[in-house]
Amino acid sequence: MSMTNADYEKAKRNRTLKLKLWLLFLILPPAAILIVFVFVPMGSAVWYSVFDWDGLVRKEFIGLANFQDILFNPLKNKVLFNAFMNNVKVFVSLMLVQNGIALVIALLLARNPKGYRFYQVVFFLPVILSTVIIGFQWKLFLNPVFGLVNKFLHNIGLHDWALPWLGLPETALNSMLLVNSWHWFGFPTLVFLAAIHRIPKDFIEAARLDGASEWRIAREIIWPLMAPAITIITVLTFIGSFNWFEIPYIMNGLEGSPAGSTDMLGLMFYRTAFGSVSAGGSNFGSGSALAVLMFIFIFVFSIIATKYLTSREVEMN
Amino acid sequence: MQTKRNAGYEAWLVQIFLIATTIVVLYPIIMMAMSGFKTNAEIFGNPFALPKSLNFDNYLVIWNTTDVPRFLLNSTIVTLASVAILLVTGTMAAYAISRYRFRGSIMVSLFFLAGLMLPLRLAIIPLFIQLKFMGLIDNLLGLIFIYIAMSLPSTVFILTGFLRALPSELEDSARVDGASEFRIMVEIMVPLITPAMVIAGIYNAVPIWNDFFFPLIFIQTPEMKTLAQGLTSFFGEYSVNFGVLYAGLTLAALPVVIVFIVQSKRFIAGMTAGAIK
Repeated sequence: MSMTNADYEKAKRNRTLKLKLWLLFLILPPAAILIVFVFVPMGSAVWYSVFDWDGLVRKEFIGLANFQDILFNPLKNKVLFNAFMNNVKVFVSLMLVQNGIALVIALLLARNPKGYRFYQVVFFLPVILSTVIIGFQWKLFLNPVFGLVNKFLHNIGLHDWALPWLGLPETALNSMLLVNSWHWFGFPTLVFLAAIHRIPKDFIEAARLDGASEWRIAREIIWPLMAPAITIITVLTFIGSFNWFEIPYIMNGLEGSPAGSTDMLGLMFYRTAFGSVSAGGSNFGSGSALAVLMFIFIFVFSIIATKYLTSREVEMN
Repeated sequence: MQTKRNAGYEAWLVQIFLIATTIVVLYPIIMMAMSGFKTNAEIFGNPFALPKSLNFDNYLVIWNTTDVPRFLLNSTIVTLASVAILLVTGTMAAYAISRYRFRGSIMVSLFFLAGLMLPLRLAIIPLFIQLKFMGLIDNLLGLIFIYIAMSLPSTVFILTGFLRALPSELEDSARVDGASEFRIMVEIMVPLITPAMVIAGIYNAVPIWNDFFFPLIFIQTPEMKTLAQGLTSFFGEYSVNFGVLYAGLTLAALPVVIVFIVQSKRFIAGMTAGAIK
C-alpha cells in the first residue's frame, strides 16, 4: 500500500491535533482549579473592596471609601496603627531571636558534631506540629496558677518571676514570640545548614591553612556565601510575621488582649470581615480593603527585600 | 564543615549547647505526653513527677465522649484526598510544561508560578461567598479544593524541576516503538519522579493537616470539623480538665510525629524543599 502526499498531510494533521488535545487534557484540569479557587477570589477581593456591603449582599459602588475608612477613620486607624506596629515588632523579634538562634545552631551543626543526625531530627520536630497544638500546649504551660512555667519558677525559688505571662500587656506578646521561636527555629536552622554545606570545603580549608580565625572564617567566607539562604528566610519571616494569626488567636483570642498588646493585622482583618464584639457586625467591604492593603504591602516589601538582598549575594562558582 | 570530628574543649562546648537546646525542645513535648496520663490532682500537685501509672482514662474520655476521633477522621480524609488529587493534577501540569515544546508553554508555566505569590488567606471573603454559592460551605470538598489550589503552584514548581532533568532518550525510543503519549507518561516517566512526588507531597501535606484558618471560616457543624480546628471547641468543653486536654493534644500530635520519626530524612527534605534550591 502506498501513501500519497495527501495521506501524509492528513496523518500529520491528525497527529498534531491528537497532541494538542493531549496537552489540553494535561493542562486544563489543574488550570481550572487554580483559576476557580485562587485567581478569581484574589481578583474578586480587589473588586469587592470598592463596594458597599450589607452582610453577604453587595450594594453600590463607593470607590475608595472603604480604604479611606480603614486608613483615616480615627477609631479604626488607631487600631490599624497599633496592629501594624505589633506586626513590625513580631518581624524584628523573630529575625533577631528565632533566626539568630537558628544561625548559631546551624553554624554549630556545620562542625559535624557527634549526634548530628539526632540533633537535626530533634530540632525539626516542633516544626511539623500544628500551630494549634503548640499554641494550646503553651497556653496550658503558661497558665498563671496551674501552668508548668510558674510551678517551675516557684520550685526554684523565683516566686517574683511567676507572672501571669499572657495576661500582662508587657509580657503577653513576648511570651508568644518565644513560643513561636520554639515552634519554628528548626526550619531556618536546616535552611542555613544546607546553605553552609554548599560552600566548597576548599575555601574554608585554605583560609584555615592561612591562619584565619574561626570568627573571621564565619564572617568573611560563610556569611557572604550564605546570603541566598538569608534572603529566603528574611522574606519568609516577613510574610509569616505580617500574616501572623494562629498563635495570638489561640493564646489570647480575637481581640488581641490584653489592651491590644497582641493585636495583629490578621486579627483585625478577621474581626472586620466576619464581625466581633469590638468591631460589630461583619463588613465585607472594609475587610476586603484591608486585605488589599495588606497584600500590596507584603508584596511590595517582598520584592524590594529580594532585590536588595540579592544585590549583595556573591556568586560562588 | 570539618570532616574530622573536633577534639578538645571546643567540641565539648558545642555538645553542651546542643544538648541544652535538645532539652528545651524535647522537655515540653515530653511533659505534654506525660501529663496526658495524669489525673488533674496529679497535674496540680506533682506537675513534674512521672505519672503514677500508665493511666489511659483521659484517652478513654476522649475516645468515648468527644468528637476528637471524628476530627481525626475528617483531617485524614481531607489531607489524603487533597494530596492525592494534588499530585495527579500537579504532575499533569508539570509534565506538559517540562516535556513538550508548544506555543504558549512559557505563559502556562508563568501562570502556575504566579500562584506562588498570592497569599490565599487574604481572599477569604470572596472564597467564602463563592463556596456558599457552590454549596461547599460546611463541606469537606470545599476544603479539599482550596488546599489543592493553594498547593498546586509549589507542586508544579518542584515537579517541573525534576521532570526537566530526565533524559529524552527513554521517551524517544518508546515513541519509535509506537507507545502512546499517555503510556509514555504513566509507565515510563512518572515512575522516575516518585521521589520528587514524595517531597512535593510532604511539603504540602503537613500544612494541610495542620491548617486551622480555612476550616475556622468554612466549617461550622461539629461533625465536619478538622482536627486542628476541632481542638478549639474541645478546649472550650474541657477547659478545667487539664489531663484530658493534654491527652487530646498528644493524640492530635501523634500521627504526624510517628510519620516524621519513621521518615525524618524525607520529611526534612520535603519541608525545606521550597527554601533550598
